[in-house]
Amino acid sequence: MTKLFRLYTRFAAGFADSIIRPFYNIGDVVVFLGKTIRTVPNIPKSLGLIFDSMLEIGVRSIPIALVISIFAGATTAWQANYQLQEYVSMRYLGTAVSKSLILELGPVLTGLVVAGRVGASIAASLGAMRVTEQIDALSTMAIDPIRYLVLPRVTAAMIMVPILTIYSVFFGIVGAMFVSMYFLGVTKGIFIVGVRHYFYYTDIMVCLIKAFIFGTGLSVLGCYYGFKTTGGAEGVGKAAIKAFVSSAIFILLSDFIVAALAF
Amino acid sequence: MEKIELRGVKKYFSSKPVLRDVNLTVRKGETLAVIGRSGCGKSVMLKHIVGLLKPDDGKVFVDGEDITDLPEQQLYRIRKKFGFLFQGAALLDSLTVGENVGLGLAELSEYTPEKIKQIVTEKLAMVGMEGIENYMPADLSGGMKKRVGLARAIAMEPEIILYDEPTTGLDPIMADTINELINYLSTELKITSIVVTHDITSVRKVSDRISMLHHGEIIFTGTVEELDTTGNEVVIQFIEGRSEGPIKPSVKKYISDDEQRIRFNSKKRVEGIFQ
Repeated sequence: MTKLFRLYTRFAAGFADSIIRPFYNIGDVVVFLGKTIRTVPNIPKSLGLIFDSMLEIGVRSIPIALVISIFAGATTAWQANYQLQEYVSMRYLGTAVSKSLILELGPVLTGLVVAGRVGASIAASLGAMRVTEQIDALSTMAIDPIRYLVLPRVTAAMIMVPILTIYSVFFGIVGAMFVSMYFLGVTKGIFIVGVRHYFYYTDIMVCLIKAFIFGTGLSVLGCYYGFKTTGGAEGVGKAAIKAFVSSAIFILLSDFIVAALAF
Repeated sequence: MEKIELRGVKKYFSSKPVLRDVNLTVRKGETLAVIGRSGCGKSVMLKHIVGLLKPDDGKVFVDGEDITDLPEQQLYRIRKKFGFLFQGAALLDSLTVGENVGLGLAELSEYTPEKIKQIVTEKLAMVGMEGIENYMPADLSGGMKKRVGLARAIAMEPEIILYDEPTTGLDPIMADTINELINYLSTELKITSIVVTHDITSVRKVSDRISMLHHGEIIFTGTVEELDTTGNEVVIQFIEGRSEGPIKPSVKKYISDDEQRIRFNSKKRVEGIFQ
């Protein structure tokens, strides 16, 4: 009976913890973001570090983002053709593909790719720095670790994820156009007219706003879990996983919120 | 005048006491060695002095200023007085040796890159590591990293240096060179130092006073002469490095699986006889 009671209390404590912890973590991330915002006046001092991070986060993510976006565009065109061919003229194939790439697939896929490639890597590298006391070493040298490590990464992600998203959208449309021309019998001219006909600048704005929010979120979460790492190499691995999972949830959740607010 | 003071400092990790009631003073310009067994809380105590950890109870004073509850931004002002040599050196993996040593100068001083380079070369030469400015920390051995860490700690010419096991992992000759360097910094530059170490040779060579931390409390403070004449059995056992004495090493004798099986069977047999 006592054993049963002990098991029950352990289960109840675990259940309560799993409900309360996400709220606690959200609060903690907001405090962390606040500390990062407080270092913003130091951006001029950190320009070199910001450029290094822009190279790592943005430029080195281009190949993977391009491969994914080309195939995403091509697949979207193929499936749009399958779903629409009986009801809608193929003049609108370019419209359907570009709309879905600009408003949804471009920012979300780019966000997820960068979260996997960069967010997890930020968490792992900062986590390794935490467990080997490198972050403490910065503090003892009177160098604010948030200013030195977090501010450049977050600033770089804020700038580079929207740029990367625009690249992704462009190459996604190119991939879709290629499939339409060579496999679906839609000429280049008709496809481009379809893209241009319902092209609104507000769509691009929504796309950029989403990308900006995703870039900020994934970099802040990567840095947060890196800074909170404990427990050696295993802790570093867990930090990378937590950073990616939470970034993915954040991207999908904020995508919905922005979509609901924008349209 | 007291440069550093810890007053009744207590620290718990997951309700386990690490520092129970630490009272310690370090005078201006002196070198205090802190000795004690592995895991007794020496490094934790050092981290309280620079504000990396906050005590659960008690106060920490630096130059008479209570730093216990200072916010992080104000702690940076206090930390400019310190150089800290970490146990594992804690060099930044992404920077070269030269960038590591000059990091504080590049971030906090107005020196030109040429001047910083000159200081870096000078400090690396002081620890016997000249000419390795372009190496990455991953290319260095543990002892080399420690010496680079020491060069970084002294690069900003701090008023106080905290050494966390400065001679561990070094060969005896290099360990003695580092001891000489600690003495030089103390006597010539009047730097206040706290040296956390197990190395009794080093303790005798560098310290003006010695404190021993045991079970989360300072149980001895005195000069080298007082250390040699103390009647405290715990201190005597520690400096003589004996396993027999009031300190009981919590190491169990290894018993192989076969031996355990034999013991278990013979115990069963004995119990059978008496039943």
